[in-house]
Formats: sequence, C-alpha cells, structure tokens
Amino acid sequence: MSEVIHAGHHDDHDHGPAKGLTRWLFTTNHKDIGTLYLWFSFAMLLVGGLLALVIRTELFQPGLQFIQPEFFNQMTTNHGLIMVFGAIMPAFVGLANWLIPMQVGAPDMALPRMNNLSFWILPFAFGMMISTLFMEGGGPNFGWTFYAPLSTTYAPPSVTYFIFAVHLMGASSIMGSINIIATILNMRAPGMTLMKMPMFVWTWLITAYLLIAVMPVLAGAVTMMLFDIHFDTSFFNAAGGGDPVMFQHIFWFFGHPEVYIMILPAFGIVSHIIPTFARKQLFGYDSMVYAVASIAFLSFIVWAHHMFTVGMPLAGQLFFMYSTMLIAVPTGVKVFNWIATMWRGSMTFETPMLFAIAFVVLFTMGGFSGLMLAITPADYQYHDTYFVVAHFHYVLVPGALFSIIAAVYFWFPKWTGKMYDETLGKIHFWLSFIGVNVTFFPQHFSGLAGMPRRIPDYALQFADFNMISSVGAFIFGFSQLFFLYVIIKSIRSGTPAEGRSWEGVKGLEWTLPSPAPYHSFTYPPEVTEADAR
Amino acid sequence: MTNADTRSKGISATVKRLCLMVVGMGLFVVALVPLYDLLCEITGLNGKTGGQYTFDEAQADPDTSRLIKVNFITNTNAGMVWDFWSQKSSVRVHPGQIKTVNFYVKNPTNRPMVGQAIPSVMPSSAASFFHKTECFCFNQQLLQPGEVLEMPMRFIVGHEVPQNVQSINLSYALFDVTERVDLSEAVAAN
Repeated sequence: MSEVIHAGHHDDHDHGPAKGLTRWLFTTNHKDIGTLYLWFSFAMLLVGGLLALVIRTELFQPGLQFIQPEFFNQMTTNHGLIMVFGAIMPAFVGLANWLIPMQVGAPDMALPRMNNLSFWILPFAFGMMISTLFMEGGGPNFGWTFYAPLSTTYAPPSVTYFIFAVHLMGASSIMGSINIIATILNMRAPGMTLMKMPMFVWTWLITAYLLIAVMPVLAGAVTMMLFDIHFDTSFFNAAGGGDPVMFQHIFWFFGHPEVYIMILPAFGIVSHIIPTFARKQLFGYDSMVYAVASIAFLSFIVWAHHMFTVGMPLAGQLFFMYSTMLIAVPTGVKVFNWIATMWRGSMTFETPMLFAIAFVVLFTMGGFSGLMLAITPADYQYHDTYFVVAHFHYVLVPGALFSIIAAVYFWFPKWTGKMYDETLGKIHFWLSFIGVNVTFFPQHFSGLAGMPRRIPDYALQFADFNMISSVGAFIFGFSQLFFLYVIIKSIRSGTPAEGRSWEGVKGLEWTLPSPAPYHSFTYPPEVTEADAR
Repeated sequence: MTNADTRSKGISATVKRLCLMVVGMGLFVVALVPLYDLLCEITGLNGKTGGQYTFDEAQADPDTSRLIKVNFITNTNAGMVWDFWSQKSSVRVHPGQIKTVNFYVKNPTNRPMVGQAIPSVMPSSAASFFHKTECFCFNQQLLQPGEVLEMPMRFIVGHEVPQNVQSINLSYALFDVTERVDLSEAVAAN
C-alpha cells in the first residue's frame, strides 16, 4: 500500500520548478517563496532607503531647501513603516522559509499554499500604502507610530488606505507565523528534539508566537482608528469620552514585542555564524534558548517605557523602568555567550563573520543607549530627541539589518551553489560599517543636545552633526546598491560552492548539496549529534 | 496509520490552537477598551474624574487643619473658537468643604454651536478624591450666536486625599462637538 502512495507522490513532486512567471505566482515551494520574500524585502529596503536619503538631504543644512514640512512628515512616516514592515520583517520571514525546513529536516513548510498567500498579499499591501504618497492630501504623515488623534482627527484622507495596508501586513505576518510554528512543531526529522534545534529555528519559533500574540492587537488598534474616522465612535477622541493616551498604550503593547520580533531572529543568525568562523561550538546553547524566551516574555510588560512623559503614576514609572532594565540581563547573557564562543577560537574573518561581529558590538551599543532611555528621570530629557533615533537605528540597522546581510552571505553558497566574491563582500562590509556609524553616531550627540526628532529644520548648533550624518547616510545607502552588485555578480560568475560550504559548518542544511535541490529531505534525514546544531 | 497521517493531524491541531490564540488576542484588544476605562476610574490614571457625585450638604464636615489649593485651567481644543474662562484662577479649600466656582463660555460666531468640556485632574493620585456634585462637563452646551453662559461647578475634595497633595490642578479642555451631535436634538434637550 505504502509503495503505491509513494509512486503516486513521485509523479507529483519529483520535477523541477515550473517555467516562467507562473513559477513565482503559483509556487508553493519554500525555497521559491523564501527567494520572493528576500527580493521583495530588498526592494523595500531600497525604497525605504530612498525616503531616508530624501530626509537626510533636507537635513544636510538647516533651513528648508528641498521639501516642505508636510512632505517631510510623509517621508519620515513612510520610511519607518516601509523599513519595519516591508524590509526587516519580510526578510526574516524569507530566511525562515529558506532555512527552517532544511534545518529541521522537513521537505517543505507545513502549509505551502498558505505560504504562497502570505507572501503575495504583501506587494498589494505596500502598493496600496506607497500609492497614498501620490494622492491628493498626501500619504501617512503622522509618524510610524501613528498616534491618535494625529492619525484620526488630523489625518489625511488617504489614512484609510494605510489602515487596510496594515491589516494586510498583519494578516500576512499571522499566516506566516502559523506556518512556521506548525512546521517547527510537526515536521522535524526524527531525532531532532526541541533542545537540539538550531538557534535560528528556536528564535523563529519564539518570534512567531510573539507575532501571533501582538498582530491582532495592531489590527485592533487600526480598526478602532477606522471606526473613529468613519463611524463616529470615540475610542481615541476625548470630546466623545475616549482617550488618546489609550491609543499609545494599545500601540506599544503591540509595539514593544514588535521590536523584539525584529531582533530575535537576528540573535539566531549570529548564533550560527560566530561558532562557524570561531570553529567552536556555540557557548551556552541552553542559556541562549532560555534567554530568548525570557526576552520574549519581558517584552509584554515593558511597553509604557515608550510613554514615560504622558503622565503616569510614580509606581507605574518605577515598574516600567525596572522591568525594562531587567531585559538587559538575558540580553547580556547572549552577548557574553557570543564573546565566549569567540574566546580562543580559531577565528577567520570572512564577510558573514565581519557582519556578525559588527552586529555584536553595535547592537550592544544600541542596547546601552536603550538602558539610558529606560531611566525614567533621564528619559524626560531624551524623549522624542535624536538620541532615541540613534538608539533604535543602532539596534535596527547594524542590529537587525546587518544580521540579515550576514545571513545572506553565509547561506548564499547553499542557495545559489556559487561562492560570493570575498573581496567585494569585505568592501561592502567596510563601506556599510563606516557608513552606519558616520550616520548614526553623531545623532547621539545632537539628541543629547536637544534636537527633536521628526523635524525638517533645526537650530544652527546642530548643523555640523547633521551634515556628518547626511554624508554617512549617502555612503551607507549607496553601499547597499554595491551589495546588489556583489550579489548579482556572484550569482552570475561566482565559483562553484561545495555542499558544506564553510569549514566544519554544522547543521542539516549543509549536508545537502549546493545549490540545495528544489525538493530536499523528501525522506527525513538521519539526525546525528554533529549535524543537529 | 502512516507517518504522513500523524503529521498532518498534528499540523491541523497546531493550526487550530494558533487560530484560537489569534481570536483570543483579538478579543483581548476589544476587552482592553473597557478594562482601560475601569482601570482609570479606579486609579485616577490620566486624571480622569468620576461622574456626578451625590452629597448631602448638611453632612459637610470640613477638615480645617488642611488647606488645599485648587487651580483651574481652561483650554479650548484646536479649532474650537469659543471663549472659555473661569471666575477665579484658583481657590483654597479644606478637604470636605463644598465650594462653587463659576465658569463662562461665549460663542462669538454667528451660528449655533455645541461644546463639550473634558476634565482632567493632576496629580492623578488626587483624581479619585476630587468629587463634583455639579459640573458643566456632565452635559454638552448649546450656545446661540453671541450667547454667554455662566456655568457653576460645585466640587468637594474628599477627606481621604493623600497627605502629600497640597495643590490640585483641574484642567478643562473644551471641544467643538457641533458636527458630532444632531443640532435639533440638542435644541430640544436644552
């Protein structure tokens, strides 16, 4: 009986990808969908980066040179929304699609058709959102946090498009997360126990739970906005008995887990790359898992540290201050574990390793400025200044984005069967590393000196720092175009890669040939201790 | 049963659980709104004061050992063109003492308008002890063109107000709600 079934399946599955555009439209293959996600997020990175360069061009000198404040607000808002929901999150989902089935020894994701849907609604969501920039009245201009009543009473008419775009992004994220959890919990090869799973799989499992918990909250917040705007309710309207501060509570109840959604998979990636190039096992695997779980739990009880200045009772301020600082403990555990992994390792510094080490150093700096912001009395000074901008860009750009770039270089040979050009990769790293620091480091100083965020013009004393920042932004922006060049050149003319592309690299995906075959692990692999993680 | 069968059963069980979680979190957001209001009412968070307070004036029992300064702040929200002011900028009261202060609004436009005042008390630890037996903020005000309205506000600061509270700020923000209400109904109500 089972032979008959196998034969039937054989006909269905053992062929390569379909030809032409329909391959990408109708694909249910986790590798194809991963590729789609990655290219989509790269396109969004360039769009969001373009908006950032418009911002930095305007801020190059004090005064209004190029754009009007109304348009500037649309640039900051859409830059934030596109980078968060369009670049970072889909990139991680793309990596999850490519890697999780191979890393747990599964043939594909658990729900391949839903996988196709969760990708294909994203271009529509972002098409809808970006189209508002060309509408009468302009696009969203209320900041990526879309605080009511800016986003309700005072919003441009196009806000409804924004609301539906957010709904679509949320639906996509929820479906993606359900798929990832279902895959990890049900599709692991025999012998792959939970505590043998690769760190990337672990971090994504926890991230997916966070997404499922908070995406409905975001959907609820935008739905209430929709009702306030069109159906005369007063959720956030004080005149009708509502409370705009409630919006901030609901938003940040979503928003704080959201920022960990954007960093936990990065922790997983770095936990693969550092052991590989230090040629040692990851130090403290168990503590890494527990640290990620603790960070995820704590993310739900710290949200009000984003809103210390709204007028909160002292007890509330103290609670949110201490709970926020508590997050430094598990995060510190992770940073020390990465350092201990490198300690006395036989380190080499290929491009992924360079990005991973830069991640550890610069993410830690972003973490420290976060600790400074957590101190309630000091936060009254820092709130809504460029210090906050510097803080979250340090954790998101050399944090999340560097980890994604590191992952692309690290798994590039497995995906394409080609080795990237090491020299060009290193040039890309150094350009990015210098660019990111020149851009964001001076913002700490302008912020501490009192420069508010989200302003198109500023006082003269901030001129030098802003000029440096703008120069850095252009270096960083154009080095990502160089990244595109490196990738395309390596796909076309890279040297062939071995199956186990890095010396002694661990993990089931490296037992496959490079490039990974279109269908892998149709039969569950034998999980040996050496290959698990 | 083959391996594939158990696997697909496991997947559908996981998916069901996760869908329940999504629905549960959706319900949680809906519940957050009344929960937030309840929490604010209990703790005085955000300076929200309660509704109309009933108090027998014969029972008034001022605590003459303490004197609390109550400051009045009147604001009009963006786009609200009425003039809005209070008779006094501040008064000193004993806890338990009943006091009346007059507020005034004027509609300088040439059309009837409806206003709604929203109170907020700072510090929030005093909010739940600041009781109003009569306040214009309990209703909306309909003003004909050029009309001036005197609005008494009677309040009492409860005995239980924390010892460290020496002054209380009561702020009113006046909103234009003309477009939110049916004018003819408002006329009838007045």
